[in-house]
Amino acid sequence: MSLHGPDYERRLVWRHFLGLMFEWACRLTTFLSLGILAVLLFSIGRQAIGWLDWGFLVRSNSYEPREAGIMAGLMGSLWLILLTAIMSVPLGVGAAVYLEEYAKPTRMTKFIQLNISNLAGVPSIVYGILGFTVFVRMFGLRDRPEEFILDLWFTEIRFFLPLGRIVLSGACTLTLLSLPVVIISAQEALRSVPASLRHASLALGATKWQTVRHQVLPAALPGILTGVILSLSRAIGETAPLAVLGAAAQLSFAPGRIESVGDAIQNPSKMLQAPFDQFTAIPLQIYGWINDPKPVFEHVAAAGIVVLLVVLMLLNGAAIFIRQRFQKKIRW
Amino acid sequence: MIFGRLTVDGSRGLALTVLTMLALFAGLNGCRPANPPSGNTAAGTGTTAGTTPAENTVATTINVEGSSTVFLISQAVANEFEKISKHKVSVGRSGTGGGYKKFVLRQSDIWNASRPIDDKEKAELKEKGIEWLELEVAIDGLSVAVHPKNDWCTELTIGQLRKMWTPESTVQKWNDVDSKWPDKKIAFFGADTDSGTFEYFTEVVVGKKKTSRTDYTAASDDNVLIQGVANDENALAYIPFGYCVENKDVVKVIKISPSLEADNPAPAVEPTVETILSGEYQPLARPLFIYVNMEALKRSEIVEFVKFHISEASQPLVAKRGFVRMPEEKRLEMIKRLDAALKPTDGGSTDAASAK
Repeated sequence: MSLHGPDYERRLVWRHFLGLMFEWACRLTTFLSLGILAVLLFSIGRQAIGWLDWGFLVRSNSYEPREAGIMAGLMGSLWLILLTAIMSVPLGVGAAVYLEEYAKPTRMTKFIQLNISNLAGVPSIVYGILGFTVFVRMFGLRDRPEEFILDLWFTEIRFFLPLGRIVLSGACTLTLLSLPVVIISAQEALRSVPASLRHASLALGATKWQTVRHQVLPAALPGILTGVILSLSRAIGETAPLAVLGAAAQLSFAPGRIESVGDAIQNPSKMLQAPFDQFTAIPLQIYGWINDPKPVFEHVAAAGIVVLLVVLMLLNGAAIFIRQRFQKKIRW
Repeated sequence: MIFGRLTVDGSRGLALTVLTMLALFAGLNGCRPANPPSGNTAAGTGTTAGTTPAENTVATTINVEGSSTVFLISQAVANEFEKISKHKVSVGRSGTGGGYKKFVLRQSDIWNASRPIDDKEKAELKEKGIEWLELEVAIDGLSVAVHPKNDWCTELTIGQLRKMWTPESTVQKWNDVDSKWPDKKIAFFGADTDSGTFEYFTEVVVGKKKTSRTDYTAASDDNVLIQGVANDENALAYIPFGYCVENKDVVKVIKISPSLEADNPAPAVEPTVETILSGEYQPLARPLFIYVNMEALKRSEIVEFVKFHISEASQPLVAKRGFVRMPEEKRLEMIKRLDAALKPTDGGSTDAASAK
């Protein structure tokens, strides 16, 4: 008498077949997305050939397709992403640490949690409207923009209230946009740190702050960084909120009117002034080129898309590098 | 005890932060309002009204914001202006409505509009104490376009277009418009509801601003409309003239008769630079405007820019971007209007209405 029921052999073959099918289905989905990406890159790359050169990177936008460049957009996007990172990382990680490590699970925290999750799904244009009201016009408190001078001992920074259509307004808006994702992913990362690590630290007499600072945060850092990269990558590609803010579509200078690296080193005050200057961004420039009546601008747009992709890849690469460095140190 | 522990803890980072912040505040001589207008954005408070502005030696930014149609001209003018001036121009394209929002907040010096200012906006600007100068910069023709293979529809009257585009339109197929035409469904394409093009087309064709049939493909990107028409033999779209000029191989532009009645319609006219300029192509030709904040006109670089915008030198740019330049007498009238606004005695109250 066999241990197995009737038809065992036949069903076994079937089960193995199902397993194989599943494996192939998974493989197919992977290669499908890769394939679509490859097709996209190929068609964009082919259109950009002959248009993407050094001149394209150092010129500003123009109505003549051959004279159009992306310098102002590239610099604007880099400033945006820098300021957004500076603002959204501490705020997002701070909020996540509070929610995960300190807050008690009251109805209030549950309510906050629910709202953060909802905010992650809000369309980006809504953030644009919010940013326009809060930062660009500051609720219309002032009838006319008034100029202020912030006097530092070595230089002075000129800015207006309400802020107007400046890099800082854009960065604040993108910060609001990326915060929910940063918070949620940082929370996930903190949650994945084993409780035993905290217990051990506390049992050895470390304070809560010491535990968070020296044990939990380092262990969660790779996960936190992944979330930060993802949300910043999304932010750098955003067009709608910046368009609503009133960011320029035609601009021929980098924020702060910084002309070169040497210029920035010789006049460091320009670096401080840059966040308060007007800007444009790569996605806005691409949108403008696609929209241009001259069909030739498609090639300029393709070149712009390649630049955007390269910037994204460099950012992601840098972040992955940092992540790996931290990951090596952790052992438990 | 607790403090002691804090230092033992070796939180050098924290101490450093506190020190840096202290240093920063020590170096901070405070924050004060800037009195002399630096003219960096629209904040110029200015001195007496209408005096000839002094040459601004600091390189500043001129803020232009508004219609995405007028953008095409302003962009070209800005490019050329920057070649002869050290001042920079920032041109936005958030739409006629979006540009107005920045103009009324004094965050832009010049508002690009693809339609004249309306009464509500005039009232709000007056309430905010903003005076403006209205200048026409070019003429835009709206074209009605179909697929090149469409050989039945070569001309339409405004009456027929109205029948097609009213909200209560029953037109679904070509033979609903003309019984001789094929029994095929029309694919309608048009501008999206935010654009000045939509407002203008509905006002002229439907007879009431912002009322239109809703079962059409709306796009803010006019190239999408071109693509739509080029790929669908039964498509019909209204598209700015400039886009049709650039894409005349892929779409067919239709002759338009201004008549509302079907019997004995006035002769249909094809939109060309000549017919638009001569006024024969009616009523789908519209002027494009820039509105200049009178306070901003106290800055010499803005005066230069506006002068350049309506100068002979920038007229070829208008044509290059697919629009029609103003008739010469109109342009001279605009120059006169600008000069009048700059006159010291004027006091700077050049209402658009009174200037007409």
